[in-house]
Amino acid sequence: MSIVYERPHVLTDEQFTFCGGCGHGIVNRLIAEIIEEEHLEEKAILIWPIGCSVYSDKYYKVDSICALHGRAPALGTGVKRALPDNMVLVYQGDGDMVSEGMAEIVHAAIRGEKFSVIFVNNAIYGMTGGQMAPTTLIGQKTTTSPYGRSEVNAGDPLPMAEFIANIAGCYYSERVTLTSPANVRKTKAAITKAIHNQMEGKGLSFVEVVSPCPTGWNMKPIKAMQWITDNMLDMYPLGVFKDLDKEENK
Amino acid sequence: MNRVTVDFERCKECEYCLNFCPKKTILKKSESVNKKGYYGVIAANLEDCIACGICATMCPEGAIKVEKNI
Repeated sequence: MSIVYERPHVLTDEQFTFCGGCGHGIVNRLIAEIIEEEHLEEKAILIWPIGCSVYSDKYYKVDSICALHGRAPALGTGVKRALPDNMVLVYQGDGDMVSEGMAEIVHAAIRGEKFSVIFVNNAIYGMTGGQMAPTTLIGQKTTTSPYGRSEVNAGDPLPMAEFIANIAGCYYSERVTLTSPANVRKTKAAITKAIHNQMEGKGLSFVEVVSPCPTGWNMKPIKAMQWITDNMLDMYPLGVFKDLDKEENK
Repeated sequence: MNRVTVDFERCKECEYCLNFCPKKTILKKSESVNKKGYYGVIAANLEDCIACGICATMCPEGAIKVEKNI
């Protein structure tokens, strides 16, 4: 028998605390697979945010640290500057990054910090009970926008991958999703590229993952995947928004 | 015969494995609950399994192991 797939050895036996069907689980598993494939067990330092993924430090047999709410890029800056040979991976959700910690990620990109950022966008505050986030779609119902998000009161959602791509210090910016096996593989390829960029000493690499939150959206997981395809990808189109590797080759 | 092993206690019944499986018949939901109260997924019809690994690719819990008979 040859093994096609097994649980990455970088993961501990701890159970994930995410809800059933949560995209965080898939992204966490992909990170573990990449660390194992790239042999980064001794070099990886994972920086976790506040939010649903706050317990993720328990899941890995690598060094982890949890940042203050929204301040993961600031902590990542310090760790990467002190230990430039290590692989520093900053992981944030949309409430953490776009709301509380907007200044941190923008200034990390302005400075062109040489770490990789994974931004999991599920258009809602998941852990606190499904409140409206800056990434919530217009008309989307949440516990704090029961009649749907209003453009007049709350403004438009912010597409972060395009926004960060416009900052000069950003080296690579891509948006991916998890709605099919092919898209999960593309997500893994994008995170791998972000980590390669970092290990080669290039600037900030940013990967936005459009991810389902079945509990926050009040949907069955498989319907939440369909909801992403039907509703979210118009506002958050997939693709590479900046890749200086390709621009240098032109 | 190829083999798919599901860690029953980790399963949270999201059904991604059941829905994205190209054959649709390899796995099924169990009739009993696990410790967390979910009707976890178990192997059902492994004769048809092509060991593509799509169930494991989509599993948010890392609960599925796929082995190919060579």
